[in-house]
Amino acid sequence: MSRTFSFGALARRPEAGAALGLFAVLIFFAIFGGVTFLKPSGMASWLNVAANLGVIAIPLGLLMIAGELDISVGAMVPFGAMTVSVISGHYGLPIWMGIAAALSFGVIVGLVNGFLVIRTAVPSLIVTLGTLFAVQGVVLGLTVLITKSTSVALKTEGVAKVMFGDFVLGGQMQVMVLWWLGLTALYVFFVHLSPFGNWVFAMGGDKVSARNAGIPTERLTMVLFVLSSTSAAFVGMCQAILYNSAQVAGGQSFIFNAIISVVVGGVLLTGGFGSVIGIFFGTITFAIVTQGIYYTDFDRNWSSLIIGVLLLGAVLMNNTFRKMALSYAPKKGGK
Amino acid sequence: MAAPILALRGVNKSFGPIDVLHDITLEVRAGEVLCLLGDNGAGKSTLIKIMSGVHQPSSGTIEMDGTSVSLPTPRAASEKGIATVHQFGGTFPLMSIGRSFFVGVEPTRGFGPFKVYDRNRANDIAVKAVRDFGITRIDDGDRLVGGLSGGERQSLAIARAVHFGARVLILDEPTAALGVKQATHVLRIVNEAKRRGLAVIFITHQVMHAMAVGDHFAVLIRGAVAADFHKGEKTREEITDLMAGGASMASLEAEIESYMNSHGGHPPPPAQ
Repeated sequence: MSRTFSFGALARRPEAGAALGLFAVLIFFAIFGGVTFLKPSGMASWLNVAANLGVIAIPLGLLMIAGELDISVGAMVPFGAMTVSVISGHYGLPIWMGIAAALSFGVIVGLVNGFLVIRTAVPSLIVTLGTLFAVQGVVLGLTVLITKSTSVALKTEGVAKVMFGDFVLGGQMQVMVLWWLGLTALYVFFVHLSPFGNWVFAMGGDKVSARNAGIPTERLTMVLFVLSSTSAAFVGMCQAILYNSAQVAGGQSFIFNAIISVVVGGVLLTGGFGSVIGIFFGTITFAIVTQGIYYTDFDRNWSSLIIGVLLLGAVLMNNTFRKMALSYAPKKGGK
Repeated sequence: MAAPILALRGVNKSFGPIDVLHDITLEVRAGEVLCLLGDNGAGKSTLIKIMSGVHQPSSGTIEMDGTSVSLPTPRAASEKGIATVHQFGGTFPLMSIGRSFFVGVEPTRGFGPFKVYDRNRANDIAVKAVRDFGITRIDDGDRLVGGLSGGERQSLAIARAVHFGARVLILDEPTAALGVKQATHVLRIVNEAKRRGLAVIFITHQVMHAMAVGDHFAVLIRGAVAADFHKGEKTREEITDLMAGGASMASLEAEIESYMNSHGGHPPPPAQ
């Protein structure tokens, strides 16, 4: 059996379409935006967007590979930001308590999502639509009740600031970029190298068969929902620490942006197919399109059009590559 | 004679007020193929679910090797060596052959928290297991399951069950969705499983397929065993008639024949 390198094998990987899309977008903006776009200052602008989005997009993508969806991340970002700001800003308690509280609320909402999806068999889109609105209501209601305002200031110093909300490498790149790269490496290990990843794919492929094969599908569903909502709370918390304040609104854009990144990254909406590297590429592609437009002479109002076309193009391309992978059979008598 | 690997003794099943199975007694021995025949709605699926641990019998007992057992979950049934393969193979279309073969029991290399999925070993074992069943077209464990033909998928699922120590193989209509050539593949694999000493329960409503591999036949009608006989005791027409619930098939054939005689050899026009 040969395991040699071939372009065919590369094209059959789930991230093939995402890699090509990223390449096309890079060339497009390098031509129309000039090289500033690829200099450190230019790179920081889209890497920052990609990092904040990517930390949420990967766990969301895993949920989609497993056949579920979580749109409540849109409310978890302001929830995480507001929790740390109210506890450590408004009440002036130690920052670590605010961080712990923000992350534990992420875990709790994830458990609620997972529990409702498992027990009620209601589609996760509907369940998390419910928690999206419920959590938004809680954030707005509690914040106004406690602080009489919709915006809360937060002053952070020391280790917490350096770890979660500072700039690195010349003062333009957010520390979130490092978190994003580290977390991506962890996810690649767990999803593509450890047996755990196999379970996620099996679950998305056929849940009943997966359960019959002895995979703890319910526990795995819980874990994935906890991952996605905690990641969203983490991003919100870091943003509050970075910008020294939190607002009750905002965060909804993460819902669509993360889903676009995941789909551009080659994840199949119905589950069972995709890759972490693909989502990584998809997130960068999305960030380059939204930020790269500022480096061109185009009116930035057109960026949504580009994203729409990009999404449709990516889906069509990913479908083609998936069909190639499915119909692939080695030639008789070896290569 | 050794005790049968799996036996049902007087099994009844009702869902609320509806009785689905009446007093089913069946047994299957090592190296024997039991064909379970019956029309749609005869209770075949319920019977499979009882044998694979999905449903519990309302009364009656299940015995394995002569001792009474309970099968509270599908997992318990598969731990006792009862494997069920469904019509579409129960495999994952977008996973590679190696990965889907080892779902839930992935081989790893490395140690501690750095255990990684051993793709080469999984692929080699999976491909060898399928090839041992005579499916020589499969030689790359990285191919996606969805790219295989229906017969190859069935073969993969059966090879998987055998690899993981199944003693009783329940095949739920494995040939129903297949073409003639693919069905032949699957029947050959059923014979191979039988040769290896497995007990096979083959559910079908295609009498030809049943007669090709079966040693022992049971016909289910409205939840009861209407006939239980061995190879060579009944003809194909007799079995078909039994499944259709009496003489209706024979009378339909006679009707068509008389129409053709009176219309110069033309069959009747299809019903509108």
